[in-house]
Amino acid sequence: MNWINRHFNTFLLVELMRGLSVTGRHLFKRKITVQYPEEKTPKSPRFRGLHALRRYPNGEERCIACNLCEAVCPALAITIESEERSDGTRRTTRYDIDLFKCIYCGFCEEACPVDSIVETDIHEFHFENRGENIMTKEMLLAVGDEFEQQIADARRADSLYR
Amino acid sequence: MSWALSIWAGLPFGLQVTIESLAKIIAILIPLLVCVAYVTYAERKIIGYIQVRIGPNRVGPRGWLQPIADAVKLVFKEIIIPTNANRFLFLSAPILSLTPALAAWAVVPFTDTLVLANLDAGLLYILALTSLGVYGVIVAGWASNSKYAFLGAMRSAAQIVAYEIAMGFALVGLLMVAGSLNLVHIVNAQQGGLHQWYLWPLFPLFLVYFISGMAETNRAPFDVAEGESEIVAGFHVEYSGMSFMIFFMAEYANMVLIATLAAILFLGGWHAPFDIAPFTWLPPFFWLFGKVAILMFVFLWLRATFPRYRYDQIMRLGWKVFIPITLVWIAVIGIFRFFTPFGFIFR
Repeated sequence: MNWINRHFNTFLLVELMRGLSVTGRHLFKRKITVQYPEEKTPKSPRFRGLHALRRYPNGEERCIACNLCEAVCPALAITIESEERSDGTRRTTRYDIDLFKCIYCGFCEEACPVDSIVETDIHEFHFENRGENIMTKEMLLAVGDEFEQQIADARRADSLYR
Repeated sequence: MSWALSIWAGLPFGLQVTIESLAKIIAILIPLLVCVAYVTYAERKIIGYIQVRIGPNRVGPRGWLQPIADAVKLVFKEIIIPTNANRFLFLSAPILSLTPALAAWAVVPFTDTLVLANLDAGLLYILALTSLGVYGVIVAGWASNSKYAFLGAMRSAAQIVAYEIAMGFALVGLLMVAGSLNLVHIVNAQQGGLHQWYLWPLFPLFLVYFISGMAETNRAPFDVAEGESEIVAGFHVEYSGMSFMIFFMAEYANMVLIATLAAILFLGGWHAPFDIAPFTWLPPFFWLFGKVAILMFVFLWLRATFPRYRYDQIMRLGWKVFIPITLVWIAVIGIFRFFTPFGFIFR
């Protein structure tokens, strides 16, 4: 009996029909595609996108050229040169991030003792010429100035979990 | 109008025939190629929907211009010929695979009068041409001078030999029932509604024919000749641009051909499913088109559902399942027709 049943199922393609009915039902399901440029998925405050250098509210740059980020960077994407400024503090003269080397791991942000280097949630950026992949100190500070509000909000939202 | 007619009458008879046939060929091929283009679009849309995505929707309204964009892209791409490839064979392989796929349409009847060549041996002609298609694949694999392409060609050759036999036997059963090789006769024998279709008495043969047809066109789940997860793209790894596009067109033209033949041979061709008023009002061509569309949908549905067969399973299915089934059913048809009073079932 079992033998007959098995052969009936085989020759009437019962298993195949079962598979087809699953895909057939999915044909009419609600589609979950996010229409990207028009619709966007929500981003976590921990999102690690384009880098920025922040300033204190009085306009002084936070970075003290401690080189921790350069040391921790697993991709060796950060290059820092520093010297003493006229007021006796140590400041960077050069702070470059090679975005082609960077793997967006966020270690630099974790290592920073003064919350200076951060990763914003900007991920829609591109380069049109060679060399644009190097973010200089000025470019990083400009990103930080422009998106300070958003950066601060993201840090505050995440502070509960740290 | 009259001057055109007078020029036409002035032409020699041979030229008149040539021009007329060319016009007919173009009238068949242009809609066919448009169909092929839009089958690719339908495939991406339907498989997308089955995977709970929405598929291409950026080029033109709802993505309707997507196939045109794809064609333009492929036309402008470079054709790369690998070093040490056999140039002549390499470039003739796509043509070898497209030509039979298109030439087979010469005998396909769209309605009982709308047929380019009403051959008495139409079915034989189609069997001959669909078998030729595999040479394109084999030559492509051989001429590419690439091991993956060669593996794909070898797989395809073995597979097509197996399924060609099953397909041929399935059609032998059909011929025993229809008693004619002429496609118009075969369709007209199925006149009179759903219950007259050869689908019912020949149901096992229909399944074997359709599945072998799928194997014949190298479609999923029988696409071991391509096998993108094992041998990259199989026989057409080395092809790019226009030459790749021709392989692509050949595959889809073959798919449409197999679906059309299944509709003609088993589903009553252009005849309406019910021989009563509201169904017979529609033009015959509409019914053929509708049946082909449904079968094409099944092709795509199957592709979206089943994973690729393992190679030894393909061989087992072809040699140890399909060929015995067709042989048994041919015997059943013969015995019923000539030794029992139930022969009318198979008529």
